[in-house]
Amino acid sequence: MKSIFLKRDTGPTTPASATRADEPPIVIEGLNHWFGSGEARKQVLYDLNLTIERGKLVILMGASGSGKTTLLTLAGCLRTVQEGSVHLLGHELNGADEDLLVTCRRQMGFIFQAHNLHESLTAMQNVRMGLDVHGAQVTTDWQAAASHLLTLLGLGDRLDYLPGNLSGGQKQRVAVARALVGNPYIVFADEPTAALDKESGYQVVHLLKQLGTERNTTTFMVTHDNRILEMADRIITMEEGRIVKDEIQDGWQGS
Amino acid sequence: MTALLTVLFGRLPIGWLQLKHNRTRFAAAIAGVAFANVLIFMQLGFLGALVESTRLPYHPMMADILISASDANTLSDGSNIPRQRLYQTLNVSGVADATAVYLGKFDWQQDNGSTVNFQVFGIDPDRKIFNLPGVETARGRLRLLDMALMDRKARNLDPSTLSTIDAGDIFSFEVNGRTLNTVGTFSIGGGFDADGYLIVSDQTFLRIFPNRTAGAPTHIFVTVAQGADPEIVVERLRQSIAADDVIVRTIEDAAKADEVYQTTEKPVGLIFGFGVIIGVMVGLIIVYQVLSTDVADHLAEYATLKAVGYKQSFFLSIVFEEALILAIFGFIPGVLISLGLYEFVASATGLPVSMTEWRPVAVLLGTILMCIASGAIATRRLAGANPADLF
Repeated sequence: MKSIFLKRDTGPTTPASATRADEPPIVIEGLNHWFGSGEARKQVLYDLNLTIERGKLVILMGASGSGKTTLLTLAGCLRTVQEGSVHLLGHELNGADEDLLVTCRRQMGFIFQAHNLHESLTAMQNVRMGLDVHGAQVTTDWQAAASHLLTLLGLGDRLDYLPGNLSGGQKQRVAVARALVGNPYIVFADEPTAALDKESGYQVVHLLKQLGTERNTTTFMVTHDNRILEMADRIITMEEGRIVKDEIQDGWQGS
Repeated sequence: MTALLTVLFGRLPIGWLQLKHNRTRFAAAIAGVAFANVLIFMQLGFLGALVESTRLPYHPMMADILISASDANTLSDGSNIPRQRLYQTLNVSGVADATAVYLGKFDWQQDNGSTVNFQVFGIDPDRKIFNLPGVETARGRLRLLDMALMDRKARNLDPSTLSTIDAGDIFSFEVNGRTLNTVGTFSIGGGFDADGYLIVSDQTFLRIFPNRTAGAPTHIFVTVAQGADPEIVVERLRQSIAADDVIVRTIEDAAKADEVYQTTEKPVGLIFGFGVIIGVMVGLIIVYQVLSTDVADHLAEYATLKAVGYKQSFFLSIVFEEALILAIFGFIPGVLISLGLYEFVASATGLPVSMTEWRPVAVLLGTILMCIASGAIATRRLAGANPADLF
């Protein structure tokens, strides 16, 4: 099958070039995080240490308020690291400037609990937004890439629909396509299957798994969806800001 | 339009797509910008009318230099000056001619009950003082006492008055116990100080205004000799007259000083100037409200795009795109409505309210700047925030 993904940018300044193929894409050491200030300041993450292997589907579980989304957003450079170290694709995020954060973010794919699609853009145009960020050189085949990915996600007949005319599940699949169309090194996903039926959820996770196998793409996912646990390579459980369980699943082949 | 903007911007025209997606809000935003434009245009129109009406009586003056009382801020508000200054003037090298001109005002109640406030010029009928066709043809008739020429553009003038004069008849009316006979017309037009002008001989003037004397005119109109530089003659006059009771200026300088005084020191000028500022402020607030609401409504989407690596400049470009579209779309109805209102105000007040060549350009550029400034303020929240804080 012809690849639906764009060629990755491996230029000298990209984070990808800063890390070797066998080097873990995410390394977290001594990570602490707080919310609020003054007397209301509350610690939500406690001395976390974690290494995520390349090409794996890693699921982060835990009760609400356990700190899993905070960890995900810190690892995905969506939040400023306060204390400790987050090493992402060979770059330290603690103290990173805006330019480095932007460069790192462009190597990621993000799937959020809320689809956050532009209501005024069609499904195709929303997916295109995931490509345009990489610049003009990647936009020539954007229509083919976007439509192929949307078709793969069961939206081949909805390409020119506005989000307002799509169901919740369909919108979420458009958001998934937007996250994946740039062929990211790491996919961060926060409850990506929450709005999907069993079959669609399976389809999305299967696609992420396929990306890991074919492209060595790492997926770091927060979920409560027990239906997809069997597809994970590794399941990490958090409680009150601490990692309490870290299980390698059958079929895991550590690097 | 979308395809055209895609080519123009080299990216999806998200601003345009967002605006047209919510058509009701888009229409309201355009109406808001158009309203702000109308406000600004009207205030500029009034301000322009003030300037133009101030300059109107200066335009036809055939003199090069105006000698007025030192306390004169406008053409009509100064004290009288000693006639001796006229003789001093005539002795100065470079002066070809000089004549005393008298100014006064009166209210004339017409037969229909309405009042016309006339500014009266009392001139020497043997001298060519105004380059106005109606004046030149009838100037000789002013030598007879109680003859007058009337401004046909005077505000509130009963049309029957003009039709009588145009038919070749003499229109007579009473002022300060004397009967004036109107034997011709000219066109200047009223302003904020008076409804129109009347030209009479200096002898007639002194009879209409018995408290005025021939020895104390309002201005001295000076014509310089052929080839003489008026600026140099002005300097000579200042040195030669050397009196504190008069001010010597070229006609253009006098008109400019009058204009500056009217627009920056008189309440009416300050009010119109302030009105322009209010118009800009209202426009800023309207556009800011529209754009900030739009940014707030799309914050989660923008945060998502920020999360995948779009820079602040990208979001600014979207908001600027919206600002530009609103500025242009709001400007078009704004300028059209203003043109209609200018016509209406001009015909209702007789003021020279009209669109100048550069005013639409200035207002459009101002509107674009106003919209862009609003857009920049509206995106502040996006600038420093972590994407995770915006979901």
